[in-house]
Amino acid sequence: MQPPAGQPPVTAPAVEMRGIDKRFGTVHANRAVDLTVAKGHIHGLIGENGAGKSTLMSILYGFYTADAGDIVIDGRKVAIAESRDAIAAGIEMVHQHFMLVDPMTVLENVILGVEGGALLRRHVPKARADLKRISAEYGLDVDPDAVVGELPVGAQQRVEILKALYRGAEILILDEPTGVLTPQEATDLFRVLAALRAQGKTVILVTHKLREIMAITDRVSVMRAGQMVGHRHTAETSREELGELMIGRKLATRLDKAPAKIGAVALQVRDLSVRDAMGVQRVKDVGFSIRAGEIVGIAGVSGNGQTELMEALAGMRRFEAGSVTIGATTISAGRPAMADELRRLGMAHVPEDRLRTGMVPAFAARESAILGYQDDPAYARGPLLDWPGIERYTLGLMEKYEVKPPIPRLRGSLFSGGNQQKLIMAREMERDPAVLLVGQPTRGVDIGGIDFIHRRLLAMRDRGKAILLVSVELDEILRLSDRILVMFDGRLVGELLPEHADERQLGLLMAGAA
Amino acid sequence: MHALDQIIPIMAATIRVAVPLVLAGIAGLFSERSGVVDVGLEGKMLAGAFAAAAIASITGSVWLGLLAAIATSAVLGVLHGFVCITQKGDQVVSGVAVNILISGLTMTLGLAWFAQGGQTPPLPPSARFSEVVLPLSGLIGQVPVLGPFYTQVLGGQNILVYPTFALVPLAWWVLGSTRFGLRIRAVGESPAAVDTAGVSVVRLRYAAVLIAGALCGIAGAYISTAQGAGFVRDMTGGRGFLALAALVLGKWRPWSTLAGCVLFAALDALAIRLQGVIVPGLGAVPVEFVQMLPYVMTIVLLAGFVGRAIPPRASGQPYVKDR
Repeated sequence: MQPPAGQPPVTAPAVEMRGIDKRFGTVHANRAVDLTVAKGHIHGLIGENGAGKSTLMSILYGFYTADAGDIVIDGRKVAIAESRDAIAAGIEMVHQHFMLVDPMTVLENVILGVEGGALLRRHVPKARADLKRISAEYGLDVDPDAVVGELPVGAQQRVEILKALYRGAEILILDEPTGVLTPQEATDLFRVLAALRAQGKTVILVTHKLREIMAITDRVSVMRAGQMVGHRHTAETSREELGELMIGRKLATRLDKAPAKIGAVALQVRDLSVRDAMGVQRVKDVGFSIRAGEIVGIAGVSGNGQTELMEALAGMRRFEAGSVTIGATTISAGRPAMADELRRLGMAHVPEDRLRTGMVPAFAARESAILGYQDDPAYARGPLLDWPGIERYTLGLMEKYEVKPPIPRLRGSLFSGGNQQKLIMAREMERDPAVLLVGQPTRGVDIGGIDFIHRRLLAMRDRGKAILLVSVELDEILRLSDRILVMFDGRLVGELLPEHADERQLGLLMAGAA
Repeated sequence: MHALDQIIPIMAATIRVAVPLVLAGIAGLFSERSGVVDVGLEGKMLAGAFAAAAIASITGSVWLGLLAAIATSAVLGVLHGFVCITQKGDQVVSGVAVNILISGLTMTLGLAWFAQGGQTPPLPPSARFSEVVLPLSGLIGQVPVLGPFYTQVLGGQNILVYPTFALVPLAWWVLGSTRFGLRIRAVGESPAAVDTAGVSVVRLRYAAVLIAGALCGIAGAYISTAQGAGFVRDMTGGRGFLALAALVLGKWRPWSTLAGCVLFAALDALAIRLQGVIVPGLGAVPVEFVQMLPYVMTIVLLAGFVGRAIPPRASGQPYVKDR
């Protein structure tokens, strides 16, 4: 029997972490952190990016070793030096970046490390049966013989959970599990988590989304800047209180949005069709326009052509048919334009995949800060790059856009996701383009960062710029857009005004059901 | 019957030439499938060749020579592992370093020990792997077509040839059907997944480089004590790189790597036969032209005929856990 939420359980807590301390070089990721998780609960762990949640959980899972502190599982003190020890203690983790071997099958991934013996053939039939049983028990539907790399992200996550349960997990840690999921997939995931709780399993849900905490957890612990700043019963707290604990100050709940001052058409798209690398038509006869001073939001479940549309508009992908007019220039299949020309025409682009397209993770921030504009004479001294000047420029960007830490020579990959995003936004917005394309501007960005980015985008709109926003976050679309276009299966299937749109109606359009 | 007289020796030569390629190819396959790039196949083979010839020459035992070759080359494999796995160094640089080191070291040691210009003394037949005469050769040899094939291609080879070709199905079986193989495949694609599954990435990769070292040692012993009769400077002559090319061509899979090795070996066997052959209108075929073919073939095939060769995703990258 599972104890009702909010009451102390009779048994020992499933997890107790005491005085955990961990440093990475100069970064103090965890400072004397305490965490107690009751058995059979879903326990939320929230905090902004870089607050130390992932580090704490990686210590519990044995991926990192703590510099100091104790871990007590089911009332017994355990030494967790590597993942094997955690697995032996019944702890499993579903990482934010999946720990899967893409070219192998689901079954091979699940048995990896617990194969049962030196010869696979002898043990695989039993493993397959066990997998089927666990799949059915928790509603985790997935084909054991599918190649993992070919599965959609939601299914890959189910494989991760199956892997954990197959190993006999009693305590399951999920690190930012919904970051990559569509709303429907997230709903499915929560159903699975509820089923796990019903079976007496303990779940630790690491997230920065307050909505998820309120929806599914029994208790919640909040971290900020490497420290634990509060523990609450979910039923007795509110989004506002948790948000304040997380960022250490009051969060403006509403964004003040001035009425749009709409000007001339800045970007006109006519009958645009685009195929992907496999030859599949991803964008089908799309037409719309954006005028100066407005934000047009494109809503849709990811994979419905938004990515290809953005790439085509940004000059990264050729048109199959149709045209795009920006200022006085019209681009078409017969008259393509590359990204550098589009930049000269006054278009800037914040790509949705910041690590792959937005920046070079191995480059220093000062290099990423001028990427795409490196030929600008402003950054040059004769034939060479003017590094002192670029460094000053980068530092200016970092201060203006609150990029932390403000170190221009720091490698891009060492910044948190939110700070990487702010740096890319800074690079593109500081050029003062007439048209700004923005893809998933706040994916993986924490609350404080989201707020900042949203304000910047609105400020730019109020300066009379045209902005095209593509996002899978409905909140974001509703909050920022002056007009909303809904994309489904490569086509625009609806246009709404945010004041007349609600999530239900948008959801139906996004699912192609309206 | 004239054509057959030509083909049988070419087939026999192909097999002889293919052996070190196959051994080194499978060696590279284990190493690279585990995520450790190995351009030092050449150097390890050369070290094996030298050790085998030196020990066989001193002791008169070809088997002690083989053991010495395996041990020497395995030590080099572990050295490569120490640089790449433990010290997380650059794998290509380490491999190249092994090649250069061994090329010089074998000469230096050869001069110091044998004072014969860097060569080992020529080995007597008793200190070499000799050819195996298959049972009933006298009888089956009489049969037309099948007879010469039985005595010269299947038979007439030395004892190392047979386990070498048995190695290919064995490698295929180990990779596909055993726990060790599953883990090797996984660690070359996603070491973090292996680590979080509670399996040691370091141990797996060391096992792989050790296997690679041992197999290169056998290949080296074959070159100096079966194919040849003693060690000669740089006698591996680029076979390690040919094996790497076959591995890429074979997309890091045992059977297709074998196919690549046999293809290159056939071209090599052909090159010897084509020496001095007059092509009407062109004159004699320069032997260098035929010797160039394996490399040209690799480029052409990789450029489009066999599709994209995708290496194991984590190959070449040391596994670093902490940020």
